[in-house]
Amino acid sequence: MTARAFLVRGLLIGLLSGFATFLVAHQVGEPHVETAIALEEAASADDPTATETAHSHDDEGTTVSRQHQRTWGLLTGSLAVGVAVGGLVALVAASVVGRIGRLSPGQSTALVSLIGFVSVALVPFLKYPATPPAVGSGDTIGDRTSYYFGFVLISVAFAAFSSLLAIRLLDEIGTYGAVLASAGVYVVAVVVAGRMMPTVNEIGDFPADVLWYFRRASLLTLATLWAVIGIGLTGLIGRLHRHERGLADRRELAASL
Amino acid sequence: MSQTSAAPVAPTAEVPSIPLREIAPWALFFGLLGLLILFFISADQGAISIPSGNAIHEWVHDGRHLLGYPCH
Repeated sequence: MTARAFLVRGLLIGLLSGFATFLVAHQVGEPHVETAIALEEAASADDPTATETAHSHDDEGTTVSRQHQRTWGLLTGSLAVGVAVGGLVALVAASVVGRIGRLSPGQSTALVSLIGFVSVALVPFLKYPATPPAVGSGDTIGDRTSYYFGFVLISVAFAAFSSLLAIRLLDEIGTYGAVLASAGVYVVAVVVAGRMMPTVNEIGDFPADVLWYFRRASLLTLATLWAVIGIGLTGLIGRLHRHERGLADRRELAASL
Repeated sequence: MSQTSAAPVAPTAEVPSIPLREIAPWALFFGLLGLLILFFISADQGAISIPSGNAIHEWVHDGRHLLGYPCH
């Protein structure tokens, strides 16, 4: 097992996951993005003082048509994020293989993906959920961006800390206690951090059902991204491990003859 | 690890690990590259703009919303 073997598999699976993410986002998410934009346009048409007529930022320069945004643009974003996350998960999996108790390479890879999904996607989503177009003011984008990434950073840092803690405790208090204690530390830390960080509420009178459909679709999109990477990479790493062990066994047998 | 003295039923193969020295350069380079890609997809031309304008923002607009990044 080499870092290269992990990385190549992670990038490939990441690409595949990007396609799957695009399909889910396009099929499940786009209808609600369209509804939100239609609502935004209706709102600005009703308001005679509003100068903006569509969800574009054309006062700033380039305008991309909705047709392109929801197809090629979405595909670009999905593929790039898929490959980047796939590569990063693979490198973390390569670093921890053989270092988490007696977990096999496939098992430790699955664990890394699961912790990654929870700490990078799920927990930040619970504090700062995705917002459809028309929700979220352009004036607060700077603040909202720094809150969001600040919280991601806190969540990932505590996930890494808790994981190291669990590995330390494994030999002393056993798997059950180690997992319970470290998961508890993580949950308490993110809950306290979440309570301390500012809440963003710019919903206004946006319809609750569209907001929920959009957020459910967004969470499903993120879950697809991580699930394909986690399941795919676990399968590939497990296969690689079996293959290499088979080779080693045969070499041993040949040497003993 | 504390139970290595117990006789294993089946010969348990040692789980291989990769020396961190070997991973470090890969991790540094691809870690930075991965974060850079995530930055361009998720945050560029929202709060910060490199390059100026909004072509990247407009192009990946829907992905930004659906992948849960702050957008407007």
